[in-house]
Amino acid sequence: MTLVAAVDWHILWQRIFHPDHVFFDALWKTIYISVAAQFFGVLLGLMAALMRMSKFWPARLLSGLYVLLFRGTPVIVQIFFVYFGANLLFGVDLFPRTVGWLGGLNGAVFAGIVALAVNEGAYMREIIRAGIDAIDKGQLEAARSLGMTQRLAMRRVVLPQAARVIVPPLGNEFNNMMKTTSLLFFIGVSEIFGNADVNYANNFKPVEEFASVALWYLVLTTVWSVIQAQIERKLSVSERGEELSFRERLAQAWSPVQAWGRGAL
Amino acid sequence: MSATDVVLRAADVQKHFGRLHVLKGVSLDVRRRETVCIIGPSGSGKTTFIRCINHLEKLDGGRIEVNGSLIGYRERKGRLAEDSERSIARQRTQIGMVFQRFNLFPHRTALENVIEAPVHVLGVPKEQAVAEAEALLARVGLAEKRDVYPGKLSGGQQQRVAIARALAMKPALMLFDEPTSALDPEVIGEVLLVMAELAHEGMTMIVVSHEMGFAREAADRVVMMDDGRIIEEGTPEHFFESPEHERTKQFLSKIL
Repeated sequence: MTLVAAVDWHILWQRIFHPDHVFFDALWKTIYISVAAQFFGVLLGLMAALMRMSKFWPARLLSGLYVLLFRGTPVIVQIFFVYFGANLLFGVDLFPRTVGWLGGLNGAVFAGIVALAVNEGAYMREIIRAGIDAIDKGQLEAARSLGMTQRLAMRRVVLPQAARVIVPPLGNEFNNMMKTTSLLFFIGVSEIFGNADVNYANNFKPVEEFASVALWYLVLTTVWSVIQAQIERKLSVSERGEELSFRERLAQAWSPVQAWGRGAL
Repeated sequence: MSATDVVLRAADVQKHFGRLHVLKGVSLDVRRRETVCIIGPSGSGKTTFIRCINHLEKLDGGRIEVNGSLIGYRERKGRLAEDSERSIARQRTQIGMVFQRFNLFPHRTALENVIEAPVHVLGVPKEQAVAEAEALLARVGLAEKRDVYPGKLSGGQQQRVAIARALAMKPALMLFDEPTSALDPEVIGEVLLVMAELAHEGMTMIVVSHEMGFAREAADRVVMMDDGRIIEEGTPEHFFESPEHERTKQFLSKIL
């Protein structure tokens, strides 16, 4: 078992149970980049979804081109283009090393959030569109028959219902987003993958460094999946209009089995 | 009959769906406090006609006026141009509509469904809207269901909430699009009872329905449509005792 003997258990233990403050800085970076990029991605997706339904054809065209372009090209290319290319293209440094007015935010982090948000927006447009399409047309007709304008009907009737349809795939998108932030390492953002790579460059221990960072991603996505399950439960509860206790839900799941048992006996 | 007594004036309404000619010149006047039942075989255009009244469908010809104002269009130099979304929306506030499939907002309670449009469209203060909504829910017999979501109500209860929701806008005219045809037979009666009460209280109503019992009880006039036209109209008694048109006789023999 020479392979196992080669693992430096001490480093692995340190990385998992006693991470240093540099790691925590990186972890915080991974989290806030994910949250910010997802947040702006949802906003962009919502805007693009509404533009797609516009009566004004250039808005529909723009929305279509946006999805075509950003779903059709690799996200790493988009990240590089935003960080390096936009600078050359526009002749201004859009993302200087630190953006002073954002409290000293690193330019690469800023560019990374922009690139990931724009990419995410294209996917969110499709998810939001599907959510809106899933709402019965009768809902919009009822709203209009009550004197609502299209805008008000969207805001008060259609979007709140579409939100319930959108939440599960949105959760999956965020799960993906947390992992995709690792690509920002390639433009010099020291998030947790970048941190692992720097450590690896110092100690040449790839198994220990990358296994431990994989575990940390697993921690992030697992914590998120628990939060997501809570959100989904809450939404389905308010739709039913009552809360079932764990025992009642267990009883519900059990009742078909009981009914079958009675039928068989 | 003075002109101000006419709530609905539809003249020569034309409608196509692609190559299908659905309404071939429908004209109908409805006076204040009158209840008109529209009957006819499926595909005869009755639903399309009442959907034209609140401009859920555009017209291809003719005109519709409610309380003397042209619905959905603006007249410029003798030609009709479609009105702005905002002013069509404003016109719809005086026309209540009840749908076959209720179309209650599932994410809001019975009370919230009723106050939604008064608060957010008319700008009625919330406390006032709630008080009025509670009175309306009591009127349709659902006062105790105010905080229940539509998913927990029976079809008959949902339709009664939908009627209360439409009434909350204090409309001049109520449209009912086959209000009982999606309901279980045992709950049809409770919905028809609410509608009959409304008719007796003097609401102006147009009801697309095959419920001839309701027509006999509450309607002032019955209109028979077939193939995009009104082919016969008269009192409910006329339809029960001496329908003239051959198509009417055939149709009534099937549903009675």
